[in-house]
Amino acid sequence: MKALSIKNLSKTYKNGHEALINIDLDVAQGDFFALLGPNGAGKSTTIGIVTSLVTKTAGSVNIFGVDLDKHAAQAKSYLGLVPQEFNFNGFEQVKHILVTQAGYYGIRVKDASPRADSLLKQLGLWDKRHTTARTLSGGMKRRLMIARALIHRPKLLILDEPTAGVDIELRRSMWHFLQKINEQGTTIILTTHYLEEAENLCRNIAIIDHGRIIENTDMKSLLNRLDKQTFIFYLKAPLPDNISLAGINYQRIDSTTLEVELNKDENLNAVFTLLSQHNIEVSSMKNKAARLEELFLSLVEKSEATL
Amino acid sequence: MNNWIAFQTLLTREIRRFLRIWPQTLLPPAITMTLYFIIFGNIIGSRIGEMGGFNYMDYIAPGIIMMSVINNAYANVASSFYSAKFQNHIEEILVAPVPNYLILAGYVAGGIARGLCVGLIVTLVSLFFTDISIQHIFVTISIVVLSAVMFALGGFINGIYASSFDEISIIPTFILTPLTYLGGVFFSITLLPDFWQTASLFNPIIYMVNAFRFGMLGISDIAIEVAFSIIIACIVALTLFALHLLNKGTGIRN
Repeated sequence: MKALSIKNLSKTYKNGHEALINIDLDVAQGDFFALLGPNGAGKSTTIGIVTSLVTKTAGSVNIFGVDLDKHAAQAKSYLGLVPQEFNFNGFEQVKHILVTQAGYYGIRVKDASPRADSLLKQLGLWDKRHTTARTLSGGMKRRLMIARALIHRPKLLILDEPTAGVDIELRRSMWHFLQKINEQGTTIILTTHYLEEAENLCRNIAIIDHGRIIENTDMKSLLNRLDKQTFIFYLKAPLPDNISLAGINYQRIDSTTLEVELNKDENLNAVFTLLSQHNIEVSSMKNKAARLEELFLSLVEKSEATL
Repeated sequence: MNNWIAFQTLLTREIRRFLRIWPQTLLPPAITMTLYFIIFGNIIGSRIGEMGGFNYMDYIAPGIIMMSVINNAYANVASSFYSAKFQNHIEEILVAPVPNYLILAGYVAGGIARGLCVGLIVTLVSLFFTDISIQHIFVTISIVVLSAVMFALGGFINGIYASSFDEISIIPTFILTPLTYLGGVFFSITLLPDFWQTASLFNPIIYMVNAFRFGMLGISDIAIEVAFSIIIACIVALTLFALHLLNKGTGIRN
């Protein structure tokens, strides 16, 4: 079953700007799906059309097999949206916002209230339930929007840059929360500028650029396509000046740091073997850049070159 | 999907909103209308004498009550809907499975609630100055509700088109207020020259004020059936237009 199926979707704004050009996109039920793209690529327009905030020029959208045009109410009932911008009434109390949102989905206050309590506890907002929303911190506002999107227990949750401007600790706790609800069966579509976030969380990915889907595959296959990877090695002792590590492509950053570039057919074992032969001990290592970031940049560059 | 609960939610939210900001929504009309009674009714009215067989204060009371209902029903919907657009929380409703007619009904019901609430406050204030009673209860209640519906719809359309807070106040200032003052609140249109009497018939507020005055005092410059027909026709036209705008996504969907 497809949680989301988009066919030939196009959007041309009144000023003539073609935000989407005949895109096709399928997201399987239960997936944790990344929709990535540079700013202005068409991600938010796509999400806007799926969530009925933007009118489409052409194409169709099906949510769990239900046509959004023909059965809008049913299709919308499956969806939860965490938008990029804060879009709640800041003068309302936190719990009111959740219970009111539930009401729009036809959920009675007596049913909505315990659901709201549970979400507020899970997302660390319980103490703020009677607080006016505008007085919350940025991170709390983000969590409030997640709670609001989940109040009607949607089957498909769309998150448009949910961790933008959120500190790393909170971001990681939000990742855990999202992974948990995904494991419980909620399909998630995520857009983010933190590619590390997409790489860690998502199983499948689509990259959109200039209104076209330029890549749509599973994360593993995409990462396997990397031709080169660059690793940073931190050494325990300074590297002697006279030493030469023949056979690997490397560069000294400073006396205890090496940058090593590996081709797709090379592996790290060979590097470690060579370093061991020279009695060089490695204290730690890391990828120079997130792998997805490298791929993303190369795909977007290629796409722009073809325009 | 239970549409009734969605409607109740919209209405409750609207009522909660105008009660939360009561110093801006309920208090000012009470003060303004008290001033109308003191200045127009008491100070000036005592020199005017009778109008339509009633003392001037009693004569203007229904018009003043109706004016407050109209203004507040309009203002509530226009400002609430525009604020929801401005703060983007209209998206809460747009992403939910709430049909467009229900969005309209919820906002309009909110406008009616505020209009009636203020109308009740002004009626209570009027009891300090007048000795009026209701002659035709059905006409009184139905006309006040229909008027609130009509102007709440007008406020909704204003809210849809508005792209700044200034545009929320332009219609009330330049159209609604002149129409209200010229709508027979303070005078009988029979006092006007023939041309202006005819011109006044194009002002919808004439029909509301007179029908309401008929309900309370039993006198009217306009036939009640005509007044009801015109108000209902206006409501139908405004409802269809508002739904058309919502279906098109004007002002709310890109």
